[in-house]
Amino acid sequence: MNLISFTDKGLCCKQGGFYIDPWKPVDKALITHGHSDHATFGHKYYLCHKYTKPILQLRLGDNNYQTIEWNEEIIMNGVKVSFHPAGHIIGSSQIRLEYQGEVWVVSGDYKTEDDGLSGAFEPIKCNTFITESTFGLPIYNWKPQQEIYDNIINWIVKNKENGKTSVLIAYSLGKAQRVLQHIKETAETIYAHGATFNMQQTLINAGWDIPSIVRVTPETPKEALKETVVIAPSGAEASPWIKKFYPYSIGVCSGWMQVRGNVRRKNIDAGFALSDHADWNGLIDTIKATEAERVFVTHGFQSVFARYLNEEKIAIAAEVKTAYGDEDEEVSSTEPPIDIMAE
Amino acid sequence: MDNEVQNMAMTEDGLSMFAELVIALNSSTKTNDKLQSLADYFASAPDKDKVWVIAIFSGRRPKRIVNSTLLSEWCCEQRGLPFWLFAESYHTVGDLAETISLILPERKHIQKEKRDLAWYLESFIRFEKEDEPIRKQFILDNWQNRSQTELFVFNKLITGNFRIGVSQKMMVNALTKVSNLTAAQIAHRISGNWDPVTTDYTELLSEETISSDISKPYPFYLAYALEDEPSTLGEPNEWQAEWKWDGIRGQIIKRDGELFVWSRGEELMTDKFPEYNILRELLPDGVVLDGEIIPAKNGQPLPFAVLQTRIGRKNIAKKQLLEAPIAFFAYDLLEYKGEDCREKQISERRKLLEELVSPLNNSVIQLSQVISFTNWEELAELRKGSRNMKSEGIMLKRKNSIYQTGRKRGDWWKWKIDPLTIDCVMVYAQKGSGRRSSLYTDYTFAVKDGDKLVTFTKAYSGLTDKEFAQVDAFVKRNSIEKFGPVRTVKPELVFEIAFEGIAASSRHKSGVALRFPRISRWRKDKKADEINTLEDLKAMLKMYGK
Repeated sequence: MNLISFTDKGLCCKQGGFYIDPWKPVDKALITHGHSDHATFGHKYYLCHKYTKPILQLRLGDNNYQTIEWNEEIIMNGVKVSFHPAGHIIGSSQIRLEYQGEVWVVSGDYKTEDDGLSGAFEPIKCNTFITESTFGLPIYNWKPQQEIYDNIINWIVKNKENGKTSVLIAYSLGKAQRVLQHIKETAETIYAHGATFNMQQTLINAGWDIPSIVRVTPETPKEALKETVVIAPSGAEASPWIKKFYPYSIGVCSGWMQVRGNVRRKNIDAGFALSDHADWNGLIDTIKATEAERVFVTHGFQSVFARYLNEEKIAIAAEVKTAYGDEDEEVSSTEPPIDIMAE
Repeated sequence: MDNEVQNMAMTEDGLSMFAELVIALNSSTKTNDKLQSLADYFASAPDKDKVWVIAIFSGRRPKRIVNSTLLSEWCCEQRGLPFWLFAESYHTVGDLAETISLILPERKHIQKEKRDLAWYLESFIRFEKEDEPIRKQFILDNWQNRSQTELFVFNKLITGNFRIGVSQKMMVNALTKVSNLTAAQIAHRISGNWDPVTTDYTELLSEETISSDISKPYPFYLAYALEDEPSTLGEPNEWQAEWKWDGIRGQIIKRDGELFVWSRGEELMTDKFPEYNILRELLPDGVVLDGEIIPAKNGQPLPFAVLQTRIGRKNIAKKQLLEAPIAFFAYDLLEYKGEDCREKQISERRKLLEELVSPLNNSVIQLSQVISFTNWEELAELRKGSRNMKSEGIMLKRKNSIYQTGRKRGDWWKWKIDPLTIDCVMVYAQKGSGRRSSLYTDYTFAVKDGDKLVTFTKAYSGLTDKEFAQVDAFVKRNSIEKFGPVRTVKPELVFEIAFEGIAASSRHKSGVALRFPRISRWRKDKKADEINTLEDLKAMLKMYGK
């Protein structure tokens, strides 16, 4: 029995009368997390984890939101629905559906390492698992996060010694909060791009104990920025906005930085392969732990990953086309184009 | 024994040290930072390792002891992966050594025996003649307990070019910081035919006169492209004009009764061109000529494509000697009667060159003609006839210029003719390699043939990073099919392709092969049905292809 069908509007649960992360307007939308390829405009009703709501309010404005706790069960049209931590960003959830003994889990985006903010990912036993595959190649094996944080801190220290400002490019929802937790000691004040600042402030207002940061404005004196740390979303490194920090060094925090070519192509000074997605082993181990007989593979290396699961008899797998991701974590997601003058 | 003593004194493993250098070179986009990293390395590494690093960055690496396929298979074995998955990974990374280093499990902070870099490279040489299982064991042992960067560098030493932006010039400049020699002296010392196994550092960079290597070429003096009008160069009578030939830049050296032919890529090519053997008798000792290695019949150049049938072959068959006869068009004299004459003005060198070459009266060696002209307009007019001369344009050399080292502005300019162009549509796209490995940047283009499309060329360069990103997005949204790494795309995007020459080719479906094709413009103003036709290409072949 199929609890989810893949339609042109998104993942649809016909029995329950709702969609999960739809990309076209629908009546009822269950949202896994706040990134804009998953949380879109125009639905009449949104159900999300309580931590996700302030993010949706910031990005989508006022809507008919209902929130839910992890592991809380609700029945929608006879389908038992519950949310479970996905470990991807604050509030990110896997969604479990149960109907007449059949269990399906939609992972949304997930990572298996606990970052201390997003909640610890837990694999959920199910008949059918719908997994992302952003980093579904065996070249993606993340280093332990502490090692990466240490590398970032060393890089900041070295930049200071060389009289340079450290500009860290990190996704404003998720990566920025995660990195800030670990580098907050490296500078008295940490500065940020408007997009990063707005998100951080929204989360602080929602009660999160995360460091506050200062927005860079045209009035910020240049001397104050000297040898300090600035956090900005992807795209800022290639815009005139960055000139204000000269002399500076640019470091990008993204799983794509695992491959040297990507670091060089972006013409940046340092790449840190810090990702909010599961790496190869994370994906495989998760799928095994769900004990799912069937796996649908969405955005990323879906054809490769599905073939591997089939060949290795880990599960019966098929690739599915969605509007999520498309191989590019940074470009495809939430950040609006940065209008520097408007900052 | 010596090696062991050195190992004990070492504080760091030679491979880790070299890996750090590679990372430093790789992580900086600024020439000065790279230069400093190299200089730091040269200031602290063991002498033997310095020699190897100079060798590696100037293309003198040991023979490859294992081919790519075997390396890939062993890597799959280690991690228990199917080969197709390795291939997919490779297409994403774009570099074999790096792919393997990312797939193998990383193990750090484990005490290993410390070796200098030379030990690794000399092991490659030692294992060259061993049987495959022994070579395999050596590789697998060295894959254990390493960091990802060490793995990368180790694999890179086996597989080939580092491509981390270390030019000959940068290495020379770094070495000037740690030795008392001038840049020109160092460039000369590290060029030519030397073996890192038998050369020691002090010998390579000693202040004594040049060692006895009689094959050693001089560093080439290279010209920049002239972008402004030639009138900006000043008075025409201060300039010497020559045709710019489309062959291989080369040096012919005759010393102590022996003849050496070097290409600009510092490859010793003496054996590739048996035609030149006669020069051993014709030329006096102590002569170095700079000129063009070029296919020619009766003194007339042939298209470059003719030469391509020969280069790359190990043995030259009689057929090629007949169909692609090679001559040398000499345009400069760097050494005469055993004396380095690069400091003389070109007007003077030219006089000596003519005295030397004219009496030889042999079609294998010819003087590259000097073009006489009285004003720039006249020269511009002559330049229009370049294609008929089988030339790429005109070289301008200041009459009082000395022969410098490397690419320098000011005295020598190449004034190339405008390329040929054709409008066509993109039909296939493939991900690039190296720094472009995540983008679709390698395209195949087609022209119209009736209501069909015929592919005729690939091109990899010519767009800005922003345009590449836009085309990449188009490819991802408009692909029709996927064959391995190649996607077929909707034939919608029109590009203007520029190229330097066109030749008949039986290997290509279109029947033509282009020389130096690159994207010159994205014709957003044109639709796919407005592109050129196969007929147009054939007309060009007729006009320029012979």
